[in-house]
Amino acid sequence: MTDATRTGSISTAPTVRRTAMRKATRERLGKAATYLILSVLCVATVLPFLWTISSSLKGPGEVFDYPPRWIPHPAHWENFTTAWNRVPFGRFLLNSTFIACSVVFLRLLTSSLAAYAFARMRFPGRDAMFMLYLGTLMIPGQVTIIPRFILIRYLHWLDTYTAMILPGAFSAFGTFLLRQFFLTLPYELEDAARIDGCSRLGVYWHIILPLSRPALVALGIFTFEGEWNSFLWPLIVANNPLKMPVQVGLAFFRGMYSTEWEIMLAGTLIALIPTLIVFAAGQRYFTKGIALSGLGGR
Amino acid sequence: MPAVQRKRRSLRWREQWEAWLFLAPNLAGFLVFTVFAVVFSLWISLHEWDLFNPPVFVGLANYAKLLTQDESFRRALRNTVYFTLGIVPLGTAVSLVLALLVNRAVKGMTFFRTALYLPSVSSTIAIGIVWVWLLDPQFGLVNWFLRTIGIAHPPDWLNSTTWAKPALILMDVWKSAGYYMVIFLAGLQGIPEQLYEAALIDGATPWRKFWSITLPLLSPTIFFVLVMRIIGVFNMFELPYIMTRGGPAGSTESMVFYIYKNAFEWFQMGYAAAIAWVLFLIIFAVTYVQFRYQGRWVTYD
Repeated sequence: MTDATRTGSISTAPTVRRTAMRKATRERLGKAATYLILSVLCVATVLPFLWTISSSLKGPGEVFDYPPRWIPHPAHWENFTTAWNRVPFGRFLLNSTFIACSVVFLRLLTSSLAAYAFARMRFPGRDAMFMLYLGTLMIPGQVTIIPRFILIRYLHWLDTYTAMILPGAFSAFGTFLLRQFFLTLPYELEDAARIDGCSRLGVYWHIILPLSRPALVALGIFTFEGEWNSFLWPLIVANNPLKMPVQVGLAFFRGMYSTEWEIMLAGTLIALIPTLIVFAAGQRYFTKGIALSGLGGR
Repeated sequence: MPAVQRKRRSLRWREQWEAWLFLAPNLAGFLVFTVFAVVFSLWISLHEWDLFNPPVFVGLANYAKLLTQDESFRRALRNTVYFTLGIVPLGTAVSLVLALLVNRAVKGMTFFRTALYLPSVSSTIAIGIVWVWLLDPQFGLVNWFLRTIGIAHPPDWLNSTTWAKPALILMDVWKSAGYYMVIFLAGLQGIPEQLYEAALIDGATPWRKFWSITLPLLSPTIFFVLVMRIIGVFNMFELPYIMTRGGPAGSTESMVFYIYKNAFEWFQMGYAAAIAWVLFLIIFAVTYVQFRYQGRWVTYD
């Protein structure tokens, strides 16, 4: 740097051109290095997935070939039907879909109703109640998991969808997030609607909810992803394979057949692929949601 | 006059009544599954209870045993600290570097972002199974690669008490790098471009720009990521459950895994609840310290 500035201050045309050229070269080199490193890292990320696909198509014992072969020949597609028939994967996926969708619907509904009351209505004890909601955000899942389990067992709800849906349907975090968003909405539209005789419920339904679409979509996606991947709670309350969501089902499957890797990996892919499809479809919303919900930290 | 007053009062009454109706569905669930559960959990932790016999009040005996006699609890705590010291610095650095690189790659940014984000959307259970296979000492891809580059005796990974923890750390860093990268990217894109232009005019080197502009302006994001990651590692359960079952010889048993074993394998509900509370207090203390001292290095503009 000092070299460049010194020659620059004397200012002879050829050196200026030379430093400019050197700078351009360095920039191009930097760009090339960036792309090279990124490509290596992407290979490190994607390779395990490709390797899984390759292994899942191998014949009995072929996964133990050494050195490993990348392209299985012939491809044993029947591994997927074998895995599908050994445990009810279709049922697992349906269970997960049903549970995740129900939780998303109930959580959005109850959280937005409560958030509306906190953001727009006056009632005694409102602020104290809100502080109580905020206070529980700190409390981690393992503190409540044991009492919840005992409660569910006492109610004879073990091995039911209710056990897996109901505790997730009420969210202090969702209420907090939506309340913060409602507070940023302008009052004018609501006031106008109220003067025209629209009820509170009408305002909530026809004005607040449509204006809050981005926040609702973000909360919905995160809830769906969280429920789809949730494991510890359904592991505890679902022992009947017919009630298991897909993650618990997959762990159950792993416990049963631990030596036939080609079948195990085919089953893993069956559980994994729907997630990846949903992600590919909703990718835009994921990254946007992170920025919107303030999870970027700024 | 009285009629107007009465009307106003009935209006206010109506508003309060409506507010409680809006609140009711959420509040009911919140009171049962959170408020009641927290109080009940404290109560359970003061009892000995196997769910088949009536609970017996034991006072603070569970906590006393936990803190003074339980070698397994200490081991789980040590393991969790080990995981934290491995995952938090390494994972945060990797995600930050990824974000800086992806942010520079103007062309193909979407492609790189998607590819690197792929492991984050996959479930931990599925990814865990895949990695058990990749880390297989004899037939796994990782050791095949290590042998190819000349390491004749690569580690036994998940079968070794020395290597199982590093293996889980590497796995966790690999899995969550993309998620935190996206968070860092959001932070990076919030830094005003003019600052870099001004630095360019002043002739600042890229290195200087990173230390004087990027890092200070990104410090709130870094702080947020550190807080989230530490909480995340303290709650680690799925990776040891699916990959090692806490083994070999308890070397990957995390705190939550130990709670799970106590509660749902040995049916010691009171003891498990006591561990959960101690874990909560530890997480709370660590988070509190982080917030308390963030002024020393986090700059908010």
